[in-house]
Amino acid sequence: MLIDFLNALALIGNFVLVPGIAYGSQLALGALGVTMVYAVLRFSNFAHGETMSFGAMVTILVTWVLQARGIGLGPLPTALLALPIGMLATISLCVATDRLVYRYYREKKAVPVTYLIVSVGVLFFLSGLIRFIIGPKDQVFADGQRFIMKARAFKEMTGLDQGLAIKTSQGVTVISAIVIVALLFWFLNRTRTGKSMRAYSDNEDLALLSGINPERVVLITWIITGALAAIAGTLYGLDKGYKPFTYLGLVLPIFASAIVGGVGNPLGAIAGGFVIAFSELLVTFAYKRVVGYLTPGDWVPDGLVQLLSTDYKLAVSFFILVIVLLIKPTGIFSGKTL
Amino acid sequence: MSRSANNALLFAAMAVLLMLVGAMQSWNVALAILNMCLISAIMTLGVNIQWGYAGLFNAGVMGFTALGGLAAIVVSVAPVPAAWDAGGARAILGLLAGLATIAGGIWLWKKLPVPRTARIWLTVLLAVSGYGLMRLILDPAVDAIEAVEPAMTGFLGGFGLPIMFSWIVGGIFAAIVAWAIGKVALGLRSDYLAIATLGISEIIIYFLKNEDWLTRGVKNVNGLPRPVPYEIDLQEALWLHDLAAWVGIPVVEASSLIVKLNYAALFLVVLIAIFWLSERALKSPWGRMMRAIRDNEIAAGAMGKNVTGRHLQVFVLGSAVIGLAGAMLATLDGQFTPASYQPLRFTFLVWVMVIVGGSGNNLGSILGGFVIWFFWIEAEPIGLALMNFVTSGMALDSPLRLHLLENAAHTRLMTMGLVLLLVLRFSPRGLIPEVKR
Amino acid sequence: MTYLAGEGMCGGYGGVDILHQCSIGVDKGEVAVVVGPNGAGKSTAMKAVFGMLDLREGQVTMDGQDISHLKPEQRVQLGMGFVPQSANVFTSMTVEENLEMGAFIRRDDISETLSGVYELFPVLREKRSQLAGELSGGQRQQVAVGRALMTQPKVLMLDEPTAGVSPIVMDELFDRIIEVARTGIAILMVEQNARQALSIADRGYVLVQGRNRYTDTGAALLANVEVRKAFLGG
Repeated sequence: MLIDFLNALALIGNFVLVPGIAYGSQLALGALGVTMVYAVLRFSNFAHGETMSFGAMVTILVTWVLQARGIGLGPLPTALLALPIGMLATISLCVATDRLVYRYYREKKAVPVTYLIVSVGVLFFLSGLIRFIIGPKDQVFADGQRFIMKARAFKEMTGLDQGLAIKTSQGVTVISAIVIVALLFWFLNRTRTGKSMRAYSDNEDLALLSGINPERVVLITWIITGALAAIAGTLYGLDKGYKPFTYLGLVLPIFASAIVGGVGNPLGAIAGGFVIAFSELLVTFAYKRVVGYLTPGDWVPDGLVQLLSTDYKLAVSFFILVIVLLIKPTGIFSGKTL
Repeated sequence: MSRSANNALLFAAMAVLLMLVGAMQSWNVALAILNMCLISAIMTLGVNIQWGYAGLFNAGVMGFTALGGLAAIVVSVAPVPAAWDAGGARAILGLLAGLATIAGGIWLWKKLPVPRTARIWLTVLLAVSGYGLMRLILDPAVDAIEAVEPAMTGFLGGFGLPIMFSWIVGGIFAAIVAWAIGKVALGLRSDYLAIATLGISEIIIYFLKNEDWLTRGVKNVNGLPRPVPYEIDLQEALWLHDLAAWVGIPVVEASSLIVKLNYAALFLVVLIAIFWLSERALKSPWGRMMRAIRDNEIAAGAMGKNVTGRHLQVFVLGSAVIGLAGAMLATLDGQFTPASYQPLRFTFLVWVMVIVGGSGNNLGSILGGFVIWFFWIEAEPIGLALMNFVTSGMALDSPLRLHLLENAAHTRLMTMGLVLLLVLRFSPRGLIPEVKR
Repeated sequence: MTYLAGEGMCGGYGGVDILHQCSIGVDKGEVAVVVGPNGAGKSTAMKAVFGMLDLREGQVTMDGQDISHLKPEQRVQLGMGFVPQSANVFTSMTVEENLEMGAFIRRDDISETLSGVYELFPVLREKRSQLAGELSGGQRQQVAVGRALMTQPKVLMLDEPTAGVSPIVMDELFDRIIEVARTGIAILMVEQNARQALSIADRGYVLVQGRNRYTDTGAALLANVEVRKAFLGG
């Protein structure tokens, strides 16, 4: 009886819990970027997925160079070593885009939907640039040890029938996400500059009266956004493989995460990321074998006992988005400010 | 220069560009571009009704286009009797159960006289159980239908009607879905509407990709019937031989030109009709009110205009036009391939067309559709030629040169982004700006 | 020469003048109050002095220096503090963070100013780690004034500081404002509660339709029969 229960637990752990935590962390990091831009510049940045893709691309290119020279991190992916350069490149990209494109509309005090269309232009340009540089195909760049824990090792260790595997990329994702989020919150809540960003996001006019320089706040916002995007994009690529076109598809779950948590609120972005990730997995998980373990005897259901086919993952994030917009449009954490 | 002379010049320049392609590449290519330009122009008219008239940002163009494609299948493909026997009735029953659940849920949500929390839970309960019921009825039917000769059919087929009916049906499909989305999302802020429509369009594509019993999914539906003659039949006609001889081109080429011209004529008629209707609407009191709402929603609302209601109208109308164009697209392609619908191509490119052409101006939208589609196609050969020129100094086997040539096609995405950004910055009102009345 | 003075100011929004040859000013250690009926241009006059409104004519001087061309941020650097009428605190930040943000332009140690503000408004010390958005109206106004004081301004401008607070809180707030003035800061404020405000004013300005109607000490204006009849309800 207990064994069956533990087996069911391992099954859910392997197919929902572990991937959910990793995917949730990736979404949270992406949503943080969207939310920062929204809180300070007050528009929905449709190009954020491509920004993530750009960061991942640069990281991959640098990783290849390092790999070719035999430089690595042992069991950890070499991409981690290349990531700082990817971050720098993405930060430069964000700052350059702001200088060349967005600043003009800020000075003109354009309405949010204008920014949105402008970000579509940036989206086009970036997706072309990325495909031009690295091509539209899949790219492999993960190396090092593939697993922290293999399914078989888990089985041998516990004596259960069900294995629980943890990929290195998943471990790396979660640990980096924790570190990044801790750093970000420390920055926003403890440093003068961070507080001035929150103040600006809360009340632009009063921030001006307090002598806070808006251009500096915007610059720092893009620096953080670029860094976050590069990290999120690389981690996603490490975990799921890098394909340029998948990043446009990521925009929707990322926006859903940000809005569900309360757009503009960093805490909300993180919560939203996990809500979306786990909903997607829970709704599309086939409970067949879990039910088999939890019911007495050898009975196993005929069907997959799946609420929704895996193909509809995206629909889940969308439905949650719609429900939140209908019931509580401000999101879980009533966001609008940092 | 007067405005109309200016416009005429712009369209004349466009015609010259197309003729240049005809003369330099081939007339087949030129006509293929022209046909897609016409369809793109109809799509941009649809988006312009929403954006230009009412300021609604619809990021779900792709979804409505695909619904038009679905209509093409449902209307024109011959029914598959074996599939209907296997599970047709049951599938319809299942869908009805789904619809009943939705209707019941809405009724519960809106009408039930219980506290909010209880209402939320009751609605959720109903939704979950109704969904379960639908799946119980639908799943076996779907399995049965998809088991019927999966390599050949595996779906219900359609009604076997002439495909031109699907143009109207595509509009209706899109209108129904737009109505449902509008009901939910139109009260929201502009960027939420954009995100919501982006999401729903992705879901529509996922639906069309995965519900094989309806659309054959990624197995595609090929060989949709045509509203125009087939090349093979034309090639047997004597008059074509005479004509080809007289013009001095091979018969095969002549036949394909004639087919394309036929399409072009059909599309042109639709384009002119929709343009005429849109212009009428824009100049009517309704159009004036729409623009008043767009320019100052709060004031219009304060004057007693039903802003959300008008927005819903305009959203449904615009989407219907996009759906119609989607059905025309599937007709021209002669096939329905759900996997080919990409947001960059079908949503954002159409947006570039509208902005570049001139939002709020129907003529501008049409021109935008023409110009952008033209360069979307021609950017590839131009980009390749450019890369060949840039790399001409390099060694033939230089990896950089090979890479540049291989990826030259992607410069068109960059070009589109650049064009959009430049127009927004330096000529935000587009090639043919809105006429202030 | 008056320490801070807007003289002969003409200007408004969108080409329509609201102010016509309007002059207001205040000296160090003084309280100056601008009163008048609704739509008299009181707040506009304040904004003009603070540089949030482009002047068509006239000038603003501080310490004898012409500052008419400076942006509001630059005037803050020069030692002007401004408390807007509404949205005058960072609602999502704690009381202490609000005060810290007030001192954003300062690079020196702010702890002394901070404890000074807490002494002035003891309730703020109690609520230092509460979000400003959760405070009552009167406490919010204290945060707003405290925030402006954090820059150690030479001039403090208040736009209807007692709007929407109870009479008891209003009296207390006025007491605090007098205390602030005693430290040598010039205080220029616009007030709806004309009678109470004039009673603490060293200078009083009565504006009507963007023009100076009466200018005198607060006490003299309170004693003026015409002013009482027309603006103070008898």
